[in-house]
Amino acid sequence: MKGRRPFFRRPKSCPFSGPDAPKIDYKDTKLLQRYISERGKIVPRRITTVSAKKQRELARAIKRARNLALLPFVLD
Amino acid sequence: MPYYESVFITRPDITAAQVEALTESFTTITSENGGSVTKNEYWGLKTLTYRIKKNRKGHYSLLNLDAPPAAVKELERNMLINEDILRFMTIRVDELEAEPSIMMRNKGARDDRPRRDDRDDRPRRDDRDKEDVRPVAAPVAAPIAAVDDGSGPSVAVADDVPNNVDNKGADS
Repeated sequence: MKGRRPFFRRPKSCPFSGPDAPKIDYKDTKLLQRYISERGKIVPRRITTVSAKKQRELARAIKRARNLALLPFVLD
Repeated sequence: MPYYESVFITRPDITAAQVEALTESFTTITSENGGSVTKNEYWGLKTLTYRIKKNRKGHYSLLNLDAPPAAVKELERNMLINEDILRFMTIRVDELEAEPSIMMRNKGARDDRPRRDDRDDRPRRDDRDKEDVRPVAAPVAAPIAAVDDGSGPSVAVADDVPNNVDNKGADS
């Protein structure tokens, strides 16, 4: 822990924007799994750098997958 | 006519052939009500992530529908009555995908999830450190670090937030 510039911002980019971005789909559990925590909660977008619009889409997809028992509601 | 995707989960103790027959009957129900099933997929017997009606597994099937709302309503009514069906979900989509869905594509390659620790959804610690060390000479980096510490806890806290979100959530 040394020499970190005080206001350094690494450039952020949304993983779902851009030309070859993956499509958010409730059936794609492998993709959705990356955006839930160990406990099964949806990871906030300030950590994943997903754009607001895509985060809403993502949340909807995760909730759909949960309803179909493709993803867990809780994990412990 | 609007497009719909319908996924239903059936009890694990019926056979795949019975699931097939069920799919068949839903197809006829849809066509009787003026719709059509453009694609049906059988995803196989999958483990549920939580128990539904005491079952740990279920047969997953997908229907792609091009049907009027009345047909969907009738279809869902029949699914509700059928005791072999554990759960179903019909959603409206803008367009139906013609090729096999992700579930079918991944079916063959089951074992492609051994790497767990390199999550790419969080910023990596180590490459950030490298960036800082390389271009800037050590004596220059030191005073900046001092400023960082001196400028008060606000900066440090803001930096640390992403790392302990789970703890914070548990506290509040």
